[in-house]
Formats: sequence, structure tokens, C-alpha cells
Amino acid sequence: MAYTEEELKKELETKEYEYGFYTNIESETFPVGLNEKIVTAISKKKNEPQWMTSWRLDAYRAWLKMDEPDWANVNYKKPDFQAISYYSAPKKQDKYKSLDEVDPELLETFNKLGISIDEQKKLSGVAMDIVIDSVSVATTFRDTLAKKGIIFCPISEAIKDHPELVKKYIGSIIPSTDNYYAALNSAVFSDGSFCYIPKGVKCPMELSTYFRINQGGTGQFERTLVIADEGSYVSYLEGCTAPSRDENQLHAAVVELIAHDNAEIKYSTVQNWYPGNKEGKGGVYNFVTKRGICHNNSKISWTQVETGSAVTWKYPSCILKGDNSIGEFYSIAVTNNFQQADTGTKMIHIGKNTRSTIISKGISAGKSQNSYRGLVQVNSRAHNARNFSQCDSLLMGNECGAHTFPYIEAKNNSAQIEHEATTSKIGEDQIFYCNQRGIDNEKAIALIVNGFSKEVLNKLPMEFAVEAQKLLEISLEGSVG
Amino acid sequence: MLTIENLHAAVDGKSILKGVDLDVKAGEIHAIMGPNGSGKSTLASVIAGNEVYEMTKGNLLLNGEDINELDAEERAHKGVFMSFQYPVEIPGVSVTNFIKTAINSSRKAQGLEDMPASEMLKKIRQKAALLEIDTKFLSRSLNEGFSGGEKKRNEIFQMAMLEPKLSILDETDSGLDIDALKIVANGVNKLRNKNNAVIIITHYQRLLNYIAPDFVHVLHNGKIVKSGTKDLAHELEAKGYDWVKQESS
Repeated sequence: MAYTEEELKKELETKEYEYGFYTNIESETFPVGLNEKIVTAISKKKNEPQWMTSWRLDAYRAWLKMDEPDWANVNYKKPDFQAISYYSAPKKQDKYKSLDEVDPELLETFNKLGISIDEQKKLSGVAMDIVIDSVSVATTFRDTLAKKGIIFCPISEAIKDHPELVKKYIGSIIPSTDNYYAALNSAVFSDGSFCYIPKGVKCPMELSTYFRINQGGTGQFERTLVIADEGSYVSYLEGCTAPSRDENQLHAAVVELIAHDNAEIKYSTVQNWYPGNKEGKGGVYNFVTKRGICHNNSKISWTQVETGSAVTWKYPSCILKGDNSIGEFYSIAVTNNFQQADTGTKMIHIGKNTRSTIISKGISAGKSQNSYRGLVQVNSRAHNARNFSQCDSLLMGNECGAHTFPYIEAKNNSAQIEHEATTSKIGEDQIFYCNQRGIDNEKAIALIVNGFSKEVLNKLPMEFAVEAQKLLEISLEGSVG
Repeated sequence: MLTIENLHAAVDGKSILKGVDLDVKAGEIHAIMGPNGSGKSTLASVIAGNEVYEMTKGNLLLNGEDINELDAEERAHKGVFMSFQYPVEIPGVSVTNFIKTAINSSRKAQGLEDMPASEMLKKIRQKAALLEIDTKFLSRSLNEGFSGGEKKRNEIFQMAMLEPKLSILDETDSGLDIDALKIVANGVNKLRNKNNAVIIITHYQRLLNYIAPDFVHVLHNGKIVKSGTKDLAHELEAKGYDWVKQESS
């Protein structure tokens, strides 16, 4: 008959991760292990200039002296960094000039992922860079963008073609010694996206990067650098998937954003790395450092929908250095089965009249643990700083956990900081109410979860919001009670 | 429309309904009255298919079809509607979105396409006007921060939108002031026709001043102990439930 917790649990458990396929593309993979030789080899493989090689080696040496952080509310077996291959690339070396040159297997992968490059070109007006394992394989719309002076390309190319920009900005927001994973990334990153929007230019389309880990036994370490020069605007999207594997794969990315005076960067992520199976085996370790700096009157807005990964450790942050600058963080984090997420943000108020908003929605199901960790810091010179934080948790069933760790440091008396937090549970009475109106359990949960997440979903670009909604439905293979 | 035969039901192993028989025909309004704890709301929930209640014996027939084994949503698809005594809140889901989802779920079950947006909008406007509902109300989150009257009016609005065959109004009058009561009652009166039926579950007869029932039944200790016309409701009001309790014991 109608709904019982047990039945619902079973019904939802039958849903599987739909991006769990592996594509048999011939690829070139480095031997496992990490040492100075490997770091140098990656740099050489990418034909990098000497300054880049040295930068990597410095990062590597710093990393050796660092300890893996263990303060997050997550438990996992620490990766063996000598058991990972740090470079894997689909074998064809040259950048594709047209789609005809692309490996048919790769095209098939795009189709499975729902990316039709051709269609994208015509319809949605989204320029896309696709990174499989360690290298960028296709970037669309580059010529159109170039006419406006916008640079959108793999970072490996930017290092060669625009060294002055890369040299100036890389590591300027997240120094290579910032933390353990950032240092590792700085040493071994093999590709990622680079984007520069010139003064006064509003980027006419969404820029998008699609990341996929394909090869087994590899890690993915991509690096993204987005620079919005004075008075410019850009909306940037990233999406991530990986095959289902029994082993844990490591993803340690670094994203740096620079918003110059009067510029605005909107950065949206839909993260759907493989979360492991329902017994908690496998899944991606997602240890990511994301940070942006806001100069005068500028704005950075992070929006993230996190449904994947076995373990997530991620705190997209804003340094509000300039006066009147604005930082925003909108997040939906879904954990199910044995997933663990420790995610949140840091808002560092330095300039006068700086404002920040944090809206965090955590949804926990199964036996998962979902933590919000956030810091609001108001420095002594940051007169009239304002922050509003709202952290809401939604629990499904009795075996999951939701945790909130808000940190507030105010060193200026004029600061106004508000923090609101709620915890709620999807109740049997809510489900029955929906059932009585003819809405089945699955749809009822989707409705309730989407309602709960609405404030954040509304911040996503339209086509991404639809995808994110679907993802929320798929991800909740959990219980309700 | 609805035939209930020797219905027994229990919650957490405790027997609540102990042999209810009832026959409701299309076009009829039945009132089920009774003292607190007599099993009124249990009866409503069992008909609607709430799994919290276990049906231990008997039969539920909807238009001759056995619905004992159907899920709550399947019963809803067949035209069973319940107005809740305590409607739940669903934050972030607007009244409009909710009703749209409900209508399209039923249509899907019947093999129909989603209702076109223009048709949906027209219907929403029409039904809102019928029930004197400000359309701004429809963009608010379902029942969140609604007053008692607003919640009940929203229930009747959903009933109007879903056009059920059988509506069960569970204590719809509770928590309503007289103005809200009149609006809700007027709504129900406007929605009744010869093809649908209504079961009103109520403790007091005051709602029956505004919705005239064809039959009144008194439920006591899990059984219908007395049936009559609407005069019975007046008699109950005058004499109290002790009268029936004594008579039935």
C-alpha cells in the first residue's frame, strides 16, 4: 500500500550512478609515484617554460614538508600518494581543429554525458572546455570569444601563449604553499581552464568546463584561473563526472578567481563525481581549494551543487579586499549512503562597506555525514561590513548526520553579522500528504528537496538549474522518516 | 460510489475501527459525527490509504472496485481526496507548483500528457475566484505560515482543482472562525454535483449549518451506532454524545 520507510529505502536504493561508464580511449599514463622527476616530466610533457617548471618544483618541495589536514569532520583512509599516476591523457596529442578529428569513442563519451558539442554550438550559446583525465580535449567557441578579446583556453596553452598573465596571477590568490592539496596541485596539475575577460567586456555567453576522470589509478589535478579585468563580467560553469570504480580516486583542484575593480564573476559548479557504491566502496576524494579576490566595487558569487564524491573537502572563499565589494556563496550539498562532505566558505572582509551572503543547504540521507564549515572574518579596517549566513539542514532517515561549524571573527565594532540555522526532517506526514494528492514517493521527495534548495537553485543559470534538479532526484538514494 | 463493508482497522496493534459499514452514493453528502476518540479521523485516513493504519478486516469498494490493496496515490488517481485536519507545510514549494505536480501525476497515471500551462493557469484563476482566493496566495510556500483559515481554504482549493469523485473533509471546521467557515462551506457547496460525493467528518454540527448533509452517522467506539438525516445532527447538538453512548451500550 502506501509509503513505509523500509519500502522507500529499497525503492530508492535501486537507483544507480548513471555516469559510471568507462570509455576505452587509448591513453598515455605516467608510471605511478611522485618525485621531482615526475614533476619535471609533467612540465616537460606540456612544453612549459623554465619558470613554470621551477614553480612546480618549489611547490613539490613545500608539499613534502606539509601534513595532510585532518581537522575536517570526515573519516577516510588517507590516499597513498605514491600509488597514483599523476598524468594520463587521451593519446592523440594535437588539439582537435574540428570534430571530425576527434576519437569516435570520445565523441560517444560526450554523448553519454549529454554534451553534444555540435548542438551546444548552435543552441545554448555555451562555450565549453572539456578536460578528460589530465588534458583539455576540446574547447568550443574560441574564435567568437577572441573577437571580444576574451581568452578562454586550456591553462596549458595559456602558459605558452599568455605567459605574462599566467605568471602574474597563478598562485596569487592561493599560494602554492597554501595547504597540502593546493601544494600538491601546484606541483602536478596537468591542465585546466584559463579565462581572461578584458576591461569593460561583458562575456556574451556562459563559459563552461567539463571535467571527467576516465582512467583508473590516476588522480585529477586541474587548475582553473579566471581573471575579470576592470568593469567586466563573466559567468563560468563547471561540471564533473567519473566512472564507477572500486578504488578511491583523488581529485585535488585549485580554482583562483580575480575580480578587478567593478568586475563581476559568477562561478557555478555542479559536482557529480562518482560517490562510491551503496556500501561505501570506491568513490572520488574531492579535495579542492577555491578562492577569489574582490577589488573595489566588485563581486564574486560562488554557487555549487555538490551531489557526488565519497569525501568532499571544499570551501570556496572570497577575499573582500576592495571597498564596497560583495562576496556570495550559495551551496547545496547532498550526501547519501556513506558519503561525507565537509564544505562551506570563508568570507574575509578587509575593505570598507563589504558585504557577504552565505546560503548553505545540506541534505543528508542514508548513513552519510554532511557538515557546513564557514568562517566570517571582519578585519579591523573593514568598517560597516555586513554578513548574512543561513545554514539549513534537511535529514532523511535516522542514520545520517548534519553538522554546522560556523566561525565568526569580528575585529571591527561596526560589523553586522547574522547567522541563522535550521534543521528539519522529511516527515512521513509530508510524504503521505503528497501521496494523497496523487504524487508518488519519488516525486514527493524530489518536490520537498527542490523546495528546500530553491534559494540556491534559483542562483544557477537556467540550463544548469534543470540539470541540477534532476541530479538532486537521482542522488537521493536514501531513506526518509 | 464508496462502499465500506465490515471495516476493521488498528494503529500500533490497537484496534480502533471495529466493523464499519457505510454506503455513499454519487451526489450524496454524508456527515460522520462522534465524540473524541470514536475513530472518525482513523476512518478518513484508512479510506485515503494512510499506511500508519492497518486495515485488519473488511472491504473498501470504490465504484465497485476493491481498493484495499491500492497505495494512497493510486486511490487519489481514482478520485479519492482528503482535506486534512492538519495540512503539512512544504517550504519552498508554491501552492501552484504543488497542485500542478498533483494534477499532472494523476494525468500521467491515466495515460494523459501534462496539462498545458495555459489550461492550468485558466483553471487556477477560475477556481481561485470561486473560492475567493487572492492569486498572490498561490505563489506562497505550501501552508508555510498560513493561518488556520488559509490552510483549510487551500485544502478546498486543491479539492476544486483536482475535481475528485469522493472527498473526505476531516475536521475541516476546526480552527476556523465563522467567516472562514462560511467561505469553505460555500466552496464545498459550489463544488458538489450529482457525480461526486462528500464525507464530512466533524465533531460539531456547526459546519452542517452551512453544508446540508443527506445523511448523518454517529460513530462511537469504532462502529456506526446511529444513522439518520440532518435532524440527527440537531438532536446530537441538543442532547450531547452521552445520549448515543448510553443508547448504544
